[in-house]
Amino acid sequence: MYITLIFLGIIMATIIWWLLRQTFNTQPWVSEAADNAANGSSLDTSTKSVALMTFIAVATSVFALFISAYTIRMEEPDWRPVAEPALLWANTVVLILASIVYHWTRNAAVKGIDARVRPGLTVAGALTILFLLGQLVAWRQLNSAGYYADTNVANAFFYLLTAVHALHMLGGLWVWFSSTIKVWTGADSDSVRLSIELCTVYWHFLLLVWIVLFGMLLST
Amino acid sequence: MAYVSIADRDHEVEHHDPQTFISKYVWSQDHKVIAIQYGVLAIFIGLVGMLLSSMFRLQLGFPDTFDFINPENYLQFVSTHGMIMVVYLLTALFLGGFGNYLIPLMIGSRDMVFPFMNMLSVWVYALSVIILLASFFVPGGATGAGWTLYPPQAISAGTPGVDLGIVLMLLSLAVFIVAFTMGGLNYVTTVLQARCRGMTLMRMPLSVWGIFMATILGLLAFPALLVSAIMMLFDKLLGTSFFMPAMLAAGEVTDHNGGSPVLFQHLFWFFGHPEVYIVALPAFGIVSDLLSVHARKNIFGYRMMVWAIIAIGGLSFIVWAHHMYVSGMNPYFGFFFATTTLIIAVPTALKVYNWVLTLWQGNIHLRVPMLFAIGFVFTFTHGGLTGLFLGNVTIDLPLSDTYFVVAHFHMVMGVSPVLVVFGAIYHWYPKMSGRMYNETLGKWHFWLTFLGAYSLYLPMHYIGFLGVPRRYFAMGDTDFMPDSAITLNSAMTISALIIAVSQLIFLYNMIVSLKKGEKADGNPWKATSLEWLTPDNPPKHGNWGHDLPVVHRWAYDYSVPGAEDDYTPQTVPADVVPVGRDHGVDT
Repeated sequence: MYITLIFLGIIMATIIWWLLRQTFNTQPWVSEAADNAANGSSLDTSTKSVALMTFIAVATSVFALFISAYTIRMEEPDWRPVAEPALLWANTVVLILASIVYHWTRNAAVKGIDARVRPGLTVAGALTILFLLGQLVAWRQLNSAGYYADTNVANAFFYLLTAVHALHMLGGLWVWFSSTIKVWTGADSDSVRLSIELCTVYWHFLLLVWIVLFGMLLST
Repeated sequence: MAYVSIADRDHEVEHHDPQTFISKYVWSQDHKVIAIQYGVLAIFIGLVGMLLSSMFRLQLGFPDTFDFINPENYLQFVSTHGMIMVVYLLTALFLGGFGNYLIPLMIGSRDMVFPFMNMLSVWVYALSVIILLASFFVPGGATGAGWTLYPPQAISAGTPGVDLGIVLMLLSLAVFIVAFTMGGLNYVTTVLQARCRGMTLMRMPLSVWGIFMATILGLLAFPALLVSAIMMLFDKLLGTSFFMPAMLAAGEVTDHNGGSPVLFQHLFWFFGHPEVYIVALPAFGIVSDLLSVHARKNIFGYRMMVWAIIAIGGLSFIVWAHHMYVSGMNPYFGFFFATTTLIIAVPTALKVYNWVLTLWQGNIHLRVPMLFAIGFVFTFTHGGLTGLFLGNVTIDLPLSDTYFVVAHFHMVMGVSPVLVVFGAIYHWYPKMSGRMYNETLGKWHFWLTFLGAYSLYLPMHYIGFLGVPRRYFAMGDTDFMPDSAITLNSAMTISALIIAVSQLIFLYNMIVSLKKGEKADGNPWKATSLEWLTPDNPPKHGNWGHDLPVVHRWAYDYSVPGAEDDYTPQTVPADVVPVGRDHGVDT
């Protein structure tokens, strides 16, 4: 559980530090001119970005717990490591490219260069779908090599972790899909700018999660 | 009253005026309707949970008397009762119900920031309740694995509901967590980003603080339950061995190998302990407001109360293994978890002192919400003190599998939060319904519930000390259980039934008062917080009419010296009525 504790420790420490900073030097029983003028938003950003950051904290908690379970369970003597297919390296490269392209598209959207947004979004989505298909092929390779979920728990963890990561990716693709449709049906980049910015953050997050998971799978 | 125009800061709240009956009451995106949907559903499933407890209490109090209860369904009733009360009643009611109702009204917002997701949340919750109830009607019935669902027995032959019951239970929990996450993202974001002008974090009522922190805990802790539910579903359905060791079940060798049941316990309690505070923190917050309003005094030590909520939230993540002393652990770990458990008593005790000091020299009005709030201070202190016993490894080991533990956690996270739930419903009933409830019936309800709870749980501590084990269907003849304990067991069942029946008074009062109650004033308790200052009662869609309120002071300006009234609403500027110490008098 150390890994979960470290992750949650960081998240909780950030929350507590932030809350204490907000609340420390205040005397609510005294009327303060600055307080009266406060506009009621604690963070200078959109509500959707706050919701995304909160969701990323939740998703981090999920992955940290899976990783903790993995590290605890692998101590048991029946653990037989999986020989990860080489294809995973290619998939990782594809996901990195997807993240880069998404970032490039985001920059275009922020600067209002509509001509770059359309192809950018399309390529980023296509690369992500390619990654997911690649993961599926890796599953089939493992399965045909005899690594079944019920024969050893290391195999089960491999399928479980990759599936949970892919599900998060699919959730992202749902938002990607709606902004892509908008862009292709004539909406200008300004109307989807926020969505693209948030998706970029989410893609980077999922890339980071994948690199951590892949590293863990490879090294154990 | 000062207001600021909609144009000032309303751009991020969607507007969605309901047109038809369906969009107004069924697929509603209004946080107040969603809150009531959450509340009604949670109370309904809570009544089911109570019915289940009445049935197994009948068996415990009068063994071999009732044919309709046998060892299998006894276990199913106990398990489902526990899960319903902890997750589907209390979590859903405090966060989905009160969170939804109170957050936007108390912070001066028109609605939650994501109304559509809010609507999805309540319907996904409804789906989880349906799946849970369905488990009673599938072949084999609901799971009888205990509410903690420990493997290996939860998915091994011989446990009731091992086929579909456990699958539906785990599925229902996963669906519930999805619903909670959608709601939780809304509560956190709304509190952080959608407060009205002048409503700084430190001017928020403690109810909002409690709900806010509990939501953060829920968002970080429920994933542990999700992860363990998914892995157990894999073990059950795909034959993996995350938790299942090599073993014999019903005389047959299973296909599992090497799994770790203790890993499940770690994951479960990593959720399970913060869950206690997910239920307790909103109760702490709400009870602070009830005491302050009905004692006509500012809450004692507001800042300390906020920091105690934050500290309890942080500490609640590092005490989980005190539920696992009997599972065996390194003595140093036991020492660590006992220490952290006892440390958490510090901020908690601080809150209790502050509640008592709020009452000190207050102008106490013993109305129904106040009775429930004071009742809570008693039961919570009581449950907290027995927690100090159980937090110590050496005392916990002999007591862990006895009724002492049952009595402890029912006092601290059963009776106490439920008293707050009732107090809160009575307190905000005039706002939600626009009518007053019947005061006399409310008092009957309080005294029957409060005294009933004591007559049920005090003797339970005693039989726990005698060593009577929990979870057993029938004790049979044992040396350690004297006749007096057997008689007590029957008396406890009678108390439980009296409590159960007295809830009918509550239901009758709530339902009849909807039509026949006296019309309520918009602010019947003369309270200061924003929800009592809405232009309409009950508040209409959008809460505030054309203009959002502007806040000039905290929510606890009661009995300010020199002020004409004994309460000063949050919207009154400081130049009209001085704020607390601005007046030169320590409040």
